[in-house]
Amino acid sequence: MKAKFAAAPYLLWAAFFIVIPFGLVAYYALTDLHGGFTLSNFAQSLRFAPVIGSSIWLAIIATAVCLLIAYPLAYLISRKSTGGQRTLVLLVMLPMWMSFLLRTYAWMTLLENNGVINRLFGLIGLGPFEMINTQGAVVLGMVYNYLPFMILPLYSVMTKIDQSLIEAASDLGCSPGQTLRQVVLPLSVPGIATGITMVFVPAVSTFVISVMLGGGSFMLIGDLIEMEFLGNAYNPHLGAALSIVLMVIILICMALTDMFSDPEEKEGLLL
Amino acid sequence: MRKRISLCLLSLLLIAFLILSTGGSCRLPSGVTVSADPASEVAGANAIDGSANVSDASDETSNSGSEADSSDTLPFSDDWDDYPYDEQYYSQLRGQGTSINFYNWGENIADGSDGFVDIISEFEALTDIRVYYTNFATNEELYAKLKSGAASYDVIVPSDYMVARMIKEDMLLPLNYENLPNVRYMDPAFMDPVYDPGSIYSLPYDWNTVGLIYNTKLVDEPPDSWGVLWDERYAGNILMFNNSRDAFGLTLKYLGYSLNTEDPDELREAAELLKQQKPLVQAYVMDQMFDKMENDEAAIATYYSGDALLIDNENIAIAIPKEGTNQFVDAVCIPAVAKNKLGAEMFINFLNEPTINAQNVEFIGYATANLAAYSLLDEELRSDPVLYPPQEVLDNSEMFINLSDETNLLLDQLWTEVMASNKNILSWGILPGATIFAIVAAKAWYRRKTALRHHYMTEDIL
Repeated sequence: MKAKFAAAPYLLWAAFFIVIPFGLVAYYALTDLHGGFTLSNFAQSLRFAPVIGSSIWLAIIATAVCLLIAYPLAYLISRKSTGGQRTLVLLVMLPMWMSFLLRTYAWMTLLENNGVINRLFGLIGLGPFEMINTQGAVVLGMVYNYLPFMILPLYSVMTKIDQSLIEAASDLGCSPGQTLRQVVLPLSVPGIATGITMVFVPAVSTFVISVMLGGGSFMLIGDLIEMEFLGNAYNPHLGAALSIVLMVIILICMALTDMFSDPEEKEGLLL
Repeated sequence: MRKRISLCLLSLLLIAFLILSTGGSCRLPSGVTVSADPASEVAGANAIDGSANVSDASDETSNSGSEADSSDTLPFSDDWDDYPYDEQYYSQLRGQGTSINFYNWGENIADGSDGFVDIISEFEALTDIRVYYTNFATNEELYAKLKSGAASYDVIVPSDYMVARMIKEDMLLPLNYENLPNVRYMDPAFMDPVYDPGSIYSLPYDWNTVGLIYNTKLVDEPPDSWGVLWDERYAGNILMFNNSRDAFGLTLKYLGYSLNTEDPDELREAAELLKQQKPLVQAYVMDQMFDKMENDEAAIATYYSGDALLIDNENIAIAIPKEGTNQFVDAVCIPAVAKNKLGAEMFINFLNEPTINAQNVEFIGYATANLAAYSLLDEELRSDPVLYPPQEVLDNSEMFINLSDETNLLLDQLWTEVMASNKNILSWGILPGATIFAIVAAKAWYRRKTALRHHYMTEDIL
């Protein structure tokens, strides 16, 4: 009884700010401009399949790059002394103290044709390289902004891996590669799953990065939704349908990553 | 280690505090320029207008001689003292504690900075009506706010096509011209616009055109046609509107069609042209245009002409193509939810006080439809072909009206097609599909492997 009572504030919160808004989104998605029931909004959102496809693809690349960068780093951090760990985690978090928009804006100045990086290359007689307004720049923006979301869950899982397990593995004749593959990797799977979800979800729904770093020509599903609500079209019905499509994509992604974590290993899943 | 971190944090906090405190003190002076006496304001207005008018005030006899030639072509007097406020009219609501809610574009009213008049506090002092001022960023935001019924405003400033849409949806109140004596100063050319036939619901606040902004260092001859946006020579150096209506508008103009066309074939033709243009475009941008043009990042950009005057680069020039362009108007209206209609009308009238209007348009950088205010502007501004293009350009130009829902939808679909063009299923579908398949396959393999391992384990035990 007591426990149920304690959950009341959150239940109220959830009802007002999650359940009711979701009901409104669903209502809009299933009605037309005159309020009648229709499925045409979903049929229309299928016409934007190229946009949806490329959003998923860019998000997958960004997630993979994040994982490749974050995994070794998280392992190194987790093997440090307690004080060292704290400093390094603080350094990972540091960029997040600054506004997301501002950081992306800074990348614009760096990557531009007459930007800082190209001018540095120019000093040694290279370039200029075309960096801004490419898909690579969009992926870079995603990786830069969401990397901490990959490092932190990985670190929090890896820090629980007992050092004696790794010692035992090498004691019993495992090469470092084998130790990694057979001890560390399986034990860190829940962290990988959480990390992938936490990077993929914001990356697939991002919308400013593609406008700022992609020159607006790599439209993502987030941009499309923004356009339906704040652009010339102002079609909240189509926008709501697209949001639901996005939610389905995210659900599928979570189901896919969820497949890899065994039920008893899920304690790391929610960080 | 912990000590070092806390030291770090402390110094960061200190820096943040320093930044905040200097920022605060910078903002202070702008708020101090509140004056309650209308008479002193007129004198103040004189001082603000620059050297020409300062000499007017100091030497009135020589003024009539030296500027006689130019002033007889002006529709109204160019003497700032000729436009005193009608005290009686403005004191109608004095002492009643009324207020109005004014909803405007960001940075779109003279607010006392840069030596301009602070219009809102001036109005509050004159009429004793409190003004609550809030901002919106897009017409659609304004529309969504009003449509949701969550907020009540008395004066709003939508653009032309949004005025038309709001009229169609009964969201505006007709203006009572008896309460708007300053309508006598308005340019008749703006008094029966396509978006509001008969000017029943709206009065123009400012107007401007869409132009080609170019960098004289990077462009050989001044462009005179939208065609330059399809010129291979400027491949990778073109900045295009990142908004469907404006992008399609100029393409339709280039093709010789109306920018309000509802004909799907004409719109498709424009979309084809935009797709052809895509490889030449460096980026589709809105306000990022400012930075890029300032740093010589691009040769040509499409944007609102008045804004181009704000680019801090001496090589920037503006051309208005011969095919004609989009002339847009921001108009003041009173929404149907208004609670203080008389106060709102007094405010609209005040915005059209020539002395106020002249300073306001100079501050926001667009053109005015108030002929008396126009007469008060400096010769330099009046003869600026960017702000006040020659009549033949305007004759070629069109204003946006609201399109039907079907056309809006088509426009949007075509725009997304343009944005997602040069892509077939091979480029957008295969890769994500393959990845998802790979993940599922990897999972199956992983499960089989674990099952096998468990199998061996049980065999070992047995």
